[in-house]
Formats: sequence, structure tokens, C-alpha cells
Amino acid sequence: MKPPAWLDALVKRFLPSELYEELLGDLHEQFAFQAEELGVQKARWMYFFEVIRFCRPYFLKRRFRADAKYSTSYTYSPAMIRNYFKIAFRNLLKHKGYSFINIFGLATGMAVAMLIGLWVWDELSFNKNFKNYDRIGRIMVHNGEGTYMTNPIPLAAELRASYGSDFKYIAMTTSTQKYAILSGDKKFFQSGSFMQPDAPELFGLDMVYGTRAALKDPHSVLLSESLAKKLFGEENPLDKIVKIKNRMEAKVAGVYKDLPKNSEFQDLTFIGPWDLLASFMSFMKEQENDWNDNSYKIYVQLAPQVDFAGVSAKIKDIKRKHLDAKRVAYNPELFVHPMSQWHLYAKFANRKSVMSDQLEFIWLYGVIGVFVLLLACINFTNLSTARSEKRAKEVGIRKSMGSLRQQLIAQFFGESFLVVFIALGFALLLVQLALPFFNELADKKITMLWLNPVFWLSVLGFSVFTGLLAGSYPAFYLSSFQPIKVLKGIGFPSSRLRRGAFAPTPRKILVVIQFTVSIVLIIGTSVIYLQIQHAKNRNVGYDKEGLMAVYMITPDLYQNYEVIKNELLQSGAVSNLAVSSSPITDVWENQSGFEWKGKAPGFEDNFATFRVTHDYSKIVGWRFREGRDFSKKFSTDSSAIVINETAVKYMGLKNPINETVKWNGKSYEVIGVIKDIVMGSPFEPILPTVFLLDYNNQYTINIKLNQTMATSTAVGKIAEVFQKYNPAVPFDYKFVDEEYAKKFANEERLGKIASIFAILAIFISCLGLFGLASFVAEQRTKEMGVRKVLGATTANLWGLLSKDFVVLVVLSLLIASPIAYYFMSQWLQKYTYHTAISWWIFALTGAGALIITLLTVSFQTIKAALMNPVKSLKSE
Amino acid sequence: MGRSYLGEFEELVLLTVAVLEGTAYGVTIAAELKQRMNNRLISLSGVHIALYRLEEKGFVVSELGGATSERGGRRKRFFRITALGKRTLAEMRQVRNELWDAIPTPSFS
Repeated sequence: MKPPAWLDALVKRFLPSELYEELLGDLHEQFAFQAEELGVQKARWMYFFEVIRFCRPYFLKRRFRADAKYSTSYTYSPAMIRNYFKIAFRNLLKHKGYSFINIFGLATGMAVAMLIGLWVWDELSFNKNFKNYDRIGRIMVHNGEGTYMTNPIPLAAELRASYGSDFKYIAMTTSTQKYAILSGDKKFFQSGSFMQPDAPELFGLDMVYGTRAALKDPHSVLLSESLAKKLFGEENPLDKIVKIKNRMEAKVAGVYKDLPKNSEFQDLTFIGPWDLLASFMSFMKEQENDWNDNSYKIYVQLAPQVDFAGVSAKIKDIKRKHLDAKRVAYNPELFVHPMSQWHLYAKFANRKSVMSDQLEFIWLYGVIGVFVLLLACINFTNLSTARSEKRAKEVGIRKSMGSLRQQLIAQFFGESFLVVFIALGFALLLVQLALPFFNELADKKITMLWLNPVFWLSVLGFSVFTGLLAGSYPAFYLSSFQPIKVLKGIGFPSSRLRRGAFAPTPRKILVVIQFTVSIVLIIGTSVIYLQIQHAKNRNVGYDKEGLMAVYMITPDLYQNYEVIKNELLQSGAVSNLAVSSSPITDVWENQSGFEWKGKAPGFEDNFATFRVTHDYSKIVGWRFREGRDFSKKFSTDSSAIVINETAVKYMGLKNPINETVKWNGKSYEVIGVIKDIVMGSPFEPILPTVFLLDYNNQYTINIKLNQTMATSTAVGKIAEVFQKYNPAVPFDYKFVDEEYAKKFANEERLGKIASIFAILAIFISCLGLFGLASFVAEQRTKEMGVRKVLGATTANLWGLLSKDFVVLVVLSLLIASPIAYYFMSQWLQKYTYHTAISWWIFALTGAGALIITLLTVSFQTIKAALMNPVKSLKSE
Repeated sequence: MGRSYLGEFEELVLLTVAVLEGTAYGVTIAAELKQRMNNRLISLSGVHIALYRLEEKGFVVSELGGATSERGGRRKRFFRITALGKRTLAEMRQVRNELWDAIPTPSFS
């Protein structure tokens, strides 16, 4: 009948040794007493609590004090720990340059990794703000080869009627788009959507004012908090009246908290009731029973007992029942797409989920982040190991003074941990400072996850890992030296290596890895930029200068167009203007069913169609290859078309002029051929395009500014005219050259981020190289002195020292080139219109890497080569 | 330096040491206190800390007893109250008595 032995062991660790005997005696006596009185089981528990109560500061303090005073120092005694830190700090301060390189390089790498980690976290937590995240889905349909998220109106009704028990809520919505919204004299263009009444409940919106049920009233509207502030300031916005599109009046019935940037509805600033829109849009009445018109989105929240796969299987064939045979042939298959997959798994090809761009970016950046971090770790390891060899003597002395190996291990680990944690501090600071820039670059709203345990765990985990990695070499290797050998200077393990190459093989391999990664990144970045440049240099085929587009979104604009046109021309701000169906930077309409002479039977044609008016060609500056422009002189031009060069090739016409093209039961005559115009993506081939003369389907006013007037003045004057005749909405315009530039936004963002990573990578690698070079130069001081005395020139010595590094960089280049070539040609395959990867990219990158290496290394090597041999040799 | 401060628990422990004259060590003190104080939870560690503090302040002195066959042959540390300890207790008692006497309503007792 004895108390548990492990508790006694614990007591022994905690209690001051001089009190141990009497205290343990007392404890045991009490245990025996209690065991008799209350039973062994209970006594054990009481013993346990008694022991726990003994672990209190009084005894601990007494123990440490006694240890410090009397006992021999052991590895973890406070005095020794203090000493380890003291020595570590002295070492850091003694070699300020190395410490700086070490800490700064590691901090940079950690900061990059953290930024990328935060970015990935942000991507992965997309939409997680919604309360019913794992129950929300949207109805999508596989149709033919494509997959779509728009559906016909009657589908929602059928889901409600026949499958109501599977869904808790169903809400049909319009796509989010910009509407003019006004209250009093304030008017703004705001993104919004019209939704059926269950939507707020479905998404579980956070209401600031009003309730989620408010949308049931068809004359209500829900505003986001920020829009409510914009319109009504700090006032309570409830029951205020707003007008949407100057026609739909609605009462503010609720205000919801803004949806976060990393959610599907990031820009949704108001929600209008579906019925309100329907009462104004007569065509929606017709759509109510039309199964062929897919214009709306359907969101659902599943009932508690069902899962996504089950529901998808149930609703799969609904559409087939309602479509004609020709459409059923496309095999429409409905399914519910869960919210957790909207962001990263929303790309489909042939009915299968495929790698989406977002997911690709996550992988890409993730891999780059890991590599940059790896570079920093390599630096750290290389430098600390290189430095630590200098401390062999210290190890020898410590050992002769009585140090145990265990103590030396603790000391070296302590030093590497100290550096790692200082670097971690800097890295956190750097991330905090860099976040605003990074957010702007990545178009995100990322914040530090100061309160997130996962963040801290991974940061700490990584730091400990790096510390162990970098510290293990000196800790285990150096501590194994025999003091007598080290102090006598014989058999010093690295002296043999010192003579020849600058470093042992593992270190060389690490340097090669570093430079391989850097060179791959540099080549990758160059290719991205070349590709952007390639697309930018593409001939757009029209004149972007001073070209402006205004969308005709209110009836006022149609009614007053002629007046506006006259006033604009009179104002002198505009040299000419004309309307067209779509802006020149976009293809809005695709048509098929054209017939022409020589068209192969069964050929499924597809043309981009563009409806223009007279004068349009002069405004955008069409370049005619053959034939003529539309002209008011020929009344027959209402059945004339102009086509582009691609269309000529596409149709296989030898002499396109005066050819007849039939479409929709009407004959058109080709009167002109223009040079290709880039309307869609500049990375894609140009679509065969048909331009028709049509005054009825016009949605865009194209304005050519008067180039002699300053742009700002001209825009001011134009705005005045528009405000006069179209007062309901704010004047909204787009410059064509800016719109065109936006087509490069994705690629440019990728390029920018990649170039930052590439620069950081090469920077970190060079830091490491600089450190190594100076280490080598220092180690070989005597050798240089002897060589100089014997007649070596400065250039000889410089070449001798630099050679080793150059060889490594060349080796890296040889490894990196094929890797970079492989990945970048894969990337370029994504673009139809792409540049070629030519050999000079590799040559240039290689030359650049060599120059950077030589510059980095030369500072140290030249310094070593110039050293006066008297100085370096006289001490022996 | 004035007289050392004596906490409530320390005072109790000191009194118990005086009571147990000659046989006062950790377990007996804890048991005695427990018994006298209606089984109030008395932890051994608390008693020991109080004893060591009292010793530092000079209110008790201690010596190790001889090894016996009890408790695995571990020795006990016996505590004795010193003259300073006795005087301090007496002073504290006097202060309390005076305070009690100063309470105006006799019904309060």
C-alpha cells in the first residue's frame, strides 16, 4: 500500500533537495493515515491533489535559489540558461554583418510565406461568413459540353411544388449588376440584385435594422450598411424612400451588414424584391412559363435531413420533361452546387469538375511561398553552419572547463532559436507593414489572424522546425569534437576541407537549389511579362485615343439622343458620336444561321454580330481592306453588311465584295471588308464578325473627344449635357483605352506578384552568397597572403575565389532552364495568342544571374585579394 | 524593522506548534488543525510553507529527529516555538482582548 511512484518522482523534481526527505516522509505518513481511514482509492486521489498543491512557487523558488547557490550547474539551471543567452547575444553582436544577413534573410522569407499563407487562408475561407455555409447551394445545369448557373423561372416554381420537402428555402435572383439608385438629391450607381423573399433568410443576412422578412413586401428594399450610410448618413434609414432606375420606388425595410470581400456577394449593396422588378419588366411575365429562357440564378438551402448528392440525383432530370427534343438532345442535367465549392471548384468541362484558375493560383503561390521559405532556411543553415566551424576552439575550451556535451547541444540550439525568434518578430512586423500593399496588389482585404490558433501554431511550428534544422549541425557535430584535438589544432575536421573548395558538398547542393529556384522564378516572370507585352503590341485595328463609351441605360437617353448629340457637337468637346449595339471592347452578341455561297452543308457557323449606325466607322477608325463604309447615300445599305478579315477567311470567300449572305430570311450584301479588330480578349483569336446597320438595337453611345481640348474639360462639358437630359442617373462613362487595359489586369497581377517573388528569391539567395563569400574570404586570408607573396596578381586571386561560385550558378542555370521551359510552355498553352519562349530569355537570365553573383561575391573576393600580405601573415 | 507580520494561517500554525509541544511536525500539525477547525481543508503543503516562513522569521526553530522505522525510514523535522514566537502570540492576544473589551454593546458576543 504505497502512493503512486510517478507522483513521488514529480515531487522529487519540484521540491528543494534539502527538504525532500522530510516532506516526502510527511506525505507518506499522511497517505498511510488516510488510506486506513478512507480507503486506498480515495487516499490515492487525495495524495494526487496534495502533490499538485506542493508544486507551488514557494518551493520552486527555493529550489532554484538552492540550485544556483549550492548544486553543480546542470544543463537547464537558470544560471546556465542565462549564460547561453549571453553568449548567443555576444556572438550576434560580434558578427553584426552575419547576424543581419541571417536574421533579415530569414525574416523576409518568413514574411513572404506568411503573406502567402494568409492569402491562401483567405481563399479557403471564401463564403464562410454565411451562417448556413454548409447547407446553401445553387442550382446549376450541365448542358451539352458546358455547365451553367442560370435557369428558367418555372424551374424555381417546380422545385417548390414538387421537391419542397428537400429544401428549407428556395430563392430565385437576378444577376448582380449596377443600377442607378437615388434618394432626394443623392444618386449613385450601385450593384444590386432582385431576389425572391426567402433570400435574406436563406443567406442568413446580419440585419442592422429591420428584419429578414422585410423583402416579402414588393415595395420594400434592403440596403447594405455602407449604402445606407452613403444615402442617409447616420440617420435611421428605415421607411425612407429610394428610387431604383428612377422608376421603381421602394421603401427601405431593412439594412444588412456589408458582406465581406471574400464572399460571393462582395459587392451586393442592395436587394430589391423580385416582384417589384417583375411588375416593371413586362418580359418577365412571358418568361414565367418559358423553360427555354435561362436568365436567373436559383439559390437553395437544403432541408436538414438531406445532402447535396441526394438532392442532385433527385432533381437531375426535371428539365428534360419540359424541353423539346432538340434541346433534350443536349442532355440537360440539373445539380445542386454546394457553397463550399463555389469559389474553388466552379469550373467544369464536359460535366466534370476541373482545376479552376483560383485553385491553380493557390497551388502556384503556395509552391512559390514554400520555395522562398526554403531559400531563407537554406541561407540560415548555410551561414550558421559555416560560422559555427569557427567556434570549434570555443567548444574545446568549454569541454576542458567541464562542459557536458548535453550543455553544448543546448547552447547551440539556444542560439539558433534565438535568431529564429528574432527573425519571427521582424517577419510579423514586415507582414503587418506589407499587408496594405499586398491587399492592393492581390485585390483582397486580408487581415492578420492575430487571434487564430491555427496561425500561431503554424508560425511556431515552422519556427521550431527552422531552429532545429539550422541548429542541429553545430549542436550535434561540433559538440562531438575532442577537446585535445581541437585545441592542439590537429585533426580539426574541417581544416581538410578548407584547403580546397569553399564548402563541403551539402552546402554546395543547397546553394545550387537556391539558385535553381531563383532562376526558374526569374525566367517565369520574364515569360509572363513577354506574353503581356506580346498581347499589348497586338494591333487592335481601331483608334482608342479619346474614345469614350456611355451605356444607354435609361429611357431618357433614347428619347433625348438627338438633342444630346446636337448639344455635344455644339459644345466643342466632342468631334463626333454615334451609337452602336455594344462597346467596342466587348462582344455581346453571337449569332448563327448565316448562309453564303460555298458554305459547306452542315457547317455550324458562329459569328460575333455588331450593330452600328452611320458615322460609327469614323469614330472608331475602321481600316478598310476592301470595299466601302455604310453610307447615307445608299438607301440599300439597310441590307448591307461589313465583315472583318477573319470572317472572309472563315467563310472561304475569294471575292467577298458584293457577295450575298442570307440570315433570318433576309438577304444582305457584303459591301466592305475591314481589318481585324480586337474586341474580346487580346489573348484569344479574333472572332469572325458581321457588322450590320441597325438603328433599333442600340445600347452604347460612342463618343470621340475633341483632341484639341483638354480631356478633363471635355469630360466636364459632356457631363453637363448628360445631366441636363438624363437627370435620373449619375453620368457614367468609360474610356475605351482604360477598358482595353483592364483586359490585361489578371495577367498583370500575376506578373507583378511573380516578379516580387522572383526579386525576393534572388535577393535572399544573394544575401546567402554574400555571407558565404565573406566567410570563405576570411577563412582563406592566409592562403591569399602566401599566394600574393609568391607573385599572384589581384586578378588571379579574384578569379580563384569567384570561380567556385560561378560554377555553382552555371550548374543551377543548367538545371533551371528545362524546368522553367517546361512549366512556362504549359502556361502559354492557356493562351491562343501567345509568344514563343526563345533561347535568349535563358541566355539573358543566365548572364544576369552570373553578373549578380559576381557583383555579390566580388566585393568580398576583391577585398581579400587586395589585402596586404604583411598584415595577414605577420601574426604567425 | 518592526515586528514581522503574522498572517492568520501562520498564527494558527504557530499556536498549534505551541500546543503540540515537542511533537509538532507537518502531519501532526495538519491533523490537529483539521480536528480543531471542524475538518476545514488543511493542505500539507500550506502547513509546511507556513512553518518555513515562521522559521525564517524566527518564531520557531526546527531540528531533524532520528530515523525510525516509520514512513520508510525518512526523518521528521520537529518544530519548537521560540521566545520571540511566544511573545508575539501574547502581544497579539492582548491586542485582541483589548479590542474585544472595547466593543460597546455587550449583546454582541
